[in-house]
Amino acid sequence: MQRRSFLLGMLTMIALAPIKVWAALWNRPAFEALKIKDATQYLNVSEEIPSGDIVIVAPERAENGAVVQIEIRSNIQNTEAIAIFVENNPTPLIANFMFGDGAEPFVVTRIKMAETSDLKIVVKAGSQYFTNAKNITVLENGCG
Amino acid sequence: MDKSMKMRAQLKGNFTEVKVLMSHPMETGRRRNDADELVPAHFVQLLTATLNGKPVLQAQWGTGIAKNPYLTFRLKGAKLGDVVEVTWHDNLGETATHSIAVTQA
Repeated sequence: MQRRSFLLGMLTMIALAPIKVWAALWNRPAFEALKIKDATQYLNVSEEIPSGDIVIVAPERAENGAVVQIEIRSNIQNTEAIAIFVENNPTPLIANFMFGDGAEPFVVTRIKMAETSDLKIVVKAGSQYFTNAKNITVLENGCG
Repeated sequence: MDKSMKMRAQLKGNFTEVKVLMSHPMETGRRRNDADELVPAHFVQLLTATLNGKPVLQAQWGTGIAKNPYLTFRLKGAKLGDVVEVTWHDNLGETATHSIAVTQA
């Protein structure tokens, strides 16, 4: 619980911070990494435990890689963050969502996929990291 | 630049579903225009959501979020009339914010 209140404190600081501080918060090395292994390393992801408690709702086949809607839900206790990767994108890290006490570990968003790839999710819960993946076939690529 | 945001926050039983549609080009920096020139990267990097001023969600984004970003998230313990606010910041220092009250689904 202490960790969660720490996270919430961080969120408060972030919300009140001026724009320059915002820019400094963005994890540039992770987002600019060209390989998924490097991206996860820059997010300080340690050992990844495969978990079916990460539910991925996404199409088997995407007509247009420019817009692929995905839904991610974590049923893992004390989920603090959900990171989204597309392994075969030029920069695999898509997003990292961090949840405070008032939010459920659930997100729906639309992503770009350059080609057929695994969609990989990494959930942070305390000091542990869990992962699940789903392959999505892309018929027309969407990365400009 | 159009920085408009469409938002809806609906109480659905034991959670509140917030849907957000943002106007943003989300340029990767790898796309070429008709003149075969690279279009500079222009994308949202950070997004926060608050409930009655209290932070509930923070996201860091790369260039892989689709143009005109769409987002659904769920809040616990929100009541009718509570205010949900969403703010984004992009890599060029632009920012937009929008708030809406929670309504019954």
